[in-house]
Amino acid sequence: MAEIQIKGVAKSFGSYTALHDINLTIQDQEFVVLLGASGCGKTTLLRIVAGLETATTGEVWIGGKRVDHLPPKDRGIAMVFQNYAVFPHLTVFENIGFGLRMKKLPNDEVKRRVERTAGLMHIEQLLGRYSGELSGGQRQRVAVARALAMEPDVILMDEPLSNLDALLRMEMRAELKGVLAESNTTAIYVTHDQVEAMSMADRISVMHQGRIVQAASPIEVYRNPAAEFVAGFIGNPPMNFLPATPQGGGRWAVAGQVLDGPQTPKALKFAIRPEDLRLADHGLQAVAKVIEPLGAHLLVTCDVNGALFRAVLDSDLSVKPGDTLTLAPQSDRIRWFDPETTRAVA
Amino acid sequence: MTPRYLPYVLILPVTLFLGVFFLYPFALVAKQAFTTGGGFTLDNFREVVGYWKFPISLKNTMLLAAIVVPVQLALALLMATMVNRMQKGRDLVLYVWTIPLGISDLAAGIIWLAIFEQSGFLNSMMTGLGLVDQPITLLGYQNPWLVFAAIALAEIWRATAIMLVILVAGIGLIPKEYYEAAEVFGASPWKRFVKITLPLLRPSLQTALILRVVLAFEVFAVVVALGGTLFPVLMGQIYSYQFDLMNGGGAAALALIVLAISVVFTLIILRALRVPKGATI
Repeated sequence: MAEIQIKGVAKSFGSYTALHDINLTIQDQEFVVLLGASGCGKTTLLRIVAGLETATTGEVWIGGKRVDHLPPKDRGIAMVFQNYAVFPHLTVFENIGFGLRMKKLPNDEVKRRVERTAGLMHIEQLLGRYSGELSGGQRQRVAVARALAMEPDVILMDEPLSNLDALLRMEMRAELKGVLAESNTTAIYVTHDQVEAMSMADRISVMHQGRIVQAASPIEVYRNPAAEFVAGFIGNPPMNFLPATPQGGGRWAVAGQVLDGPQTPKALKFAIRPEDLRLADHGLQAVAKVIEPLGAHLLVTCDVNGALFRAVLDSDLSVKPGDTLTLAPQSDRIRWFDPETTRAVA
Repeated sequence: MTPRYLPYVLILPVTLFLGVFFLYPFALVAKQAFTTGGGFTLDNFREVVGYWKFPISLKNTMLLAAIVVPVQLALALLMATMVNRMQKGRDLVLYVWTIPLGISDLAAGIIWLAIFEQSGFLNSMMTGLGLVDQPITLLGYQNPWLVFAAIALAEIWRATAIMLVILVAGIGLIPKEYYEAAEVFGASPWKRFVKITLPLLRPSLQTALILRVVLAFEVFAVVVALGGTLFPVLMGQIYSYQFDLMNGGGAAALALIVLAISVVFTLIILRALRVPKGATI
């Protein structure tokens, strides 16, 4: 059992506060992705869990034991670093076995575990090589094998795929997910890549300016973003926003259209995902500006009442810049945000 | 000018300079070492090696190097590790530690002579504290080990910084991530030093050690200042062949012997600290 509890963790570097009061509980064997733009504090949070950084305040518990005062080696964790940190002066075998040697495991046990994890990562044939003789993808596999060989309770990954090319990243994503699911470890995975987060995570914790904005399943984060930031960050292209003025009785005026919405007297923002728009007889009047054929779809960037607005439409459609489209939002997919608090309004 | 020849043209001035002021004199010295009046001979070598002071000066030089270099290596590694960990004042500390580098070796010898001589600081301090009744001769023939210790101390003080600067630069090049990985995977600070710092520092260690060992075989001015004739070393012998005995052939032969010793030790260091084939450091 290795449940991770992060309780009231904050971190300041001088006058700069990198993390504000972070609270997060990660279930045993759960795969949690910390997602955010660079500088949002996700790596700092991971390093605090690893013990490479000390929290200014707050507690970290792993497997029911408070660990924030313990050195990394006593926390039952293993880590995969962004630049792999595969030791250049050791062979792949000795790299994978490094932690086991530090634990002073007998030679045959080291050999058994190294060969087993090398097999899992398909690098058995590379055991005698040095890191300088490996490709980026192979080095990445060594870094993961080194972490798995420790048979840790918790595996921490800091943007492990960010240095790979796109095709390899997609391949490794699936493979890593499979290997981690089999290893029964709890995993925290830091990335700025929303596709990685969506495809791998059991739960995504979206971070922004040192705070967790939303922690929920990928589909929940996608469908029901808790804040404007999440709506704008997740999804490619991101959600569209338009100002909405209350007409009373839960009716809202959005770019000349009247739509049903929440019962509140305050001004709100209307939001809709580009793929939740359909061409219809009644709807938002959008002037097409840029048309980008993406093969499967057509991405149309338009102007709605002076605001930037994107729609993902059927690729068979013929649209030219300057055409006026009538776009109807799918009513159950419309979301509303309070412009003052930036939070979602139900 | 075609780009193909450009590199050679660019290194031509340096090559010419080295040829005229290094290779040519070196050839002359070699010629001098292998000739007397007539043709090729090994007489000069036989003479200098057969002289009674040769084994002593060889032993002294080797002993001094054997004591001084390891102490300097250990100190330089310790100091480099400390400097590397400093958050503030790092540059100031590094400057202070490298001050002795800016002092000539003779001046360094004289500084330490001012401490150890009969009317020196050490004696004044000891009499002042009442440890001795009157100043004692520290650097005399009665205390050969004290002479040796004073020379070793002065050499360590003077020349540790040359290793330090090389090692500081080398340690600074080791990515922090390796240390973090080692820490996460259970390596104690000592293990991190032995398993990460030392192996990854091999190229810098090679440079620092070769430089320092070769310079240790050339120790001269500090020894003259502190030990005079009490502690003969190879370089002192070369000096005395050239200027006291007016025996240029002998001086040249001895110089070649020192060169040979330096080359042998350089090869040993290169071999001992070689990077395994395939590993990139």
